[in-house]
Amino acid sequence: MDEMERRQIKLKRKAYYTRKIKMATHLLFYRRHRKPGVKGWELKRKLGSDYPKVLGILDDHLEKLDLQVKTVFEGEKPAGKPTLEQLDKARFYITLRGGLTPKETKMMGWRIDDIAGLATAISCIIAKKGKAPREEVEDLLRNKLPGWRVDINMNRYIRYGYLAEDENKQLYLDWRTRAEIDQKALVDLLLSKEKTLSNQ
Amino acid sequence: MCKSIEDKGLDPFNVDVDDIIAIIQKYFPEWKLPEELCLDAEAIHHLASIIKLQGDWVKHRSTSLYTDPFLLEEKIQLLSKEELATLFLETWHPIIEFEQISLHSLDEATKYWQRLLPISERWLKTGSLEMETGATTREELVKLRILAEKPFLEELEVFWEELKHKVGGEKKIRYWDFIGAETYSETIKRAYMTSFLVTYGYATLEVHRLEEEIFIEPFEKPRSMLGKKQMVSIPVSVGFEEWMKWKEGK
Repeated sequence: MDEMERRQIKLKRKAYYTRKIKMATHLLFYRRHRKPGVKGWELKRKLGSDYPKVLGILDDHLEKLDLQVKTVFEGEKPAGKPTLEQLDKARFYITLRGGLTPKETKMMGWRIDDIAGLATAISCIIAKKGKAPREEVEDLLRNKLPGWRVDINMNRYIRYGYLAEDENKQLYLDWRTRAEIDQKALVDLLLSKEKTLSNQ
Repeated sequence: MCKSIEDKGLDPFNVDVDDIIAIIQKYFPEWKLPEELCLDAEAIHHLASIIKLQGDWVKHRSTSLYTDPFLLEEKIQLLSKEELATLFLETWHPIIEFEQISLHSLDEATKYWQRLLPISERWLKTGSLEMETGATTREELVKLRILAEKPFLEELEVFWEELKHKVGGEKKIRYWDFIGAETYSETIKRAYMTSFLVTYGYATLEVHRLEEEIFIEPFEKPRSMLGKKQMVSIPVSVGFEEWMKWKEGK
């Protein structure tokens, strides 16, 4: 194979992946179902079996924009490299790669009270093994928020998909929390904050 | 107690599983009525759920996400709203999505709208669909499998006669020896017909649970059991593997 042929193959491959990346961008950025995100098997059908590679390249491009392709696995996150079957069942989203500043959240329509309330509710549910009575979480929120806001906020968190409530008034973490919040980092940060508080 | 732990998410270790099992074991021989046994089964079912919750609890404690709820609550109380929000923002990566319509889909939608007939015309079109009526023969209906070749009851009685003939001098015949045929589909058809023989009182099933054998016994005259006795459904599996096994053993 001469140099010319090699270059042609390289160009063809580049054009192939450019086309696939565009397609993946459309699929991931535009909401197609009731919930955002795309299932692995859907991506496989549209992009081909090498969709994990396409998503990897897209992720590299998005890094410059402080965005990322987030994979949310069904059940627990696999310890090692995920299998193709696990990827097919997973859901893929585009999320912000870094964090937000309090000023930026105001532009998104979130008040500091709302964010603090959400942080409290989520960390309380995590600490209670992923399930906590609504009354208990509301009591915790009432310490810092006016009573009339607590119910409104809780309903908002449920409506947005951060929390879910069952018929026994038990709260769980819902799909949006799994997609957007790094639960382990949140617990670690809260614990490290505790250390500084106890040192003071 | 088990139910309230399941529903309200209380500590599953409040239940002494061994103690309850011992009580159930102690009284089990005294239960005679199905209702009493059902209550026991329900208790065992809830105990199993409690054991699962205990397992989940141990599993959660061993994960990196485990935090003492009291410790966490205390810490949340100590932090100000601003501190909590700032801390949370470090771990929050909101989903980015577009909900607006694209130029391409707008173009497609406009084209579709232009092609779309007014609703009054569309309804008129479906409403005015008329089918020409004609005549058909019984043979054609049999061919289309709308009608059976023989009326069902007539077919059932022929089948009943066959059963009586196969039983011969014996009182009964093994279920599989009667329904078993050269092909699997034929076997299924015979099992289907047999179920009607039993339901309509042409025959009865004799189930030997320990030997795992079923016999079918024809009656001389059809007996109507409806309303006289409580009817019992007996599920019989006629799987491909069972058919193969029967065929090999034949």
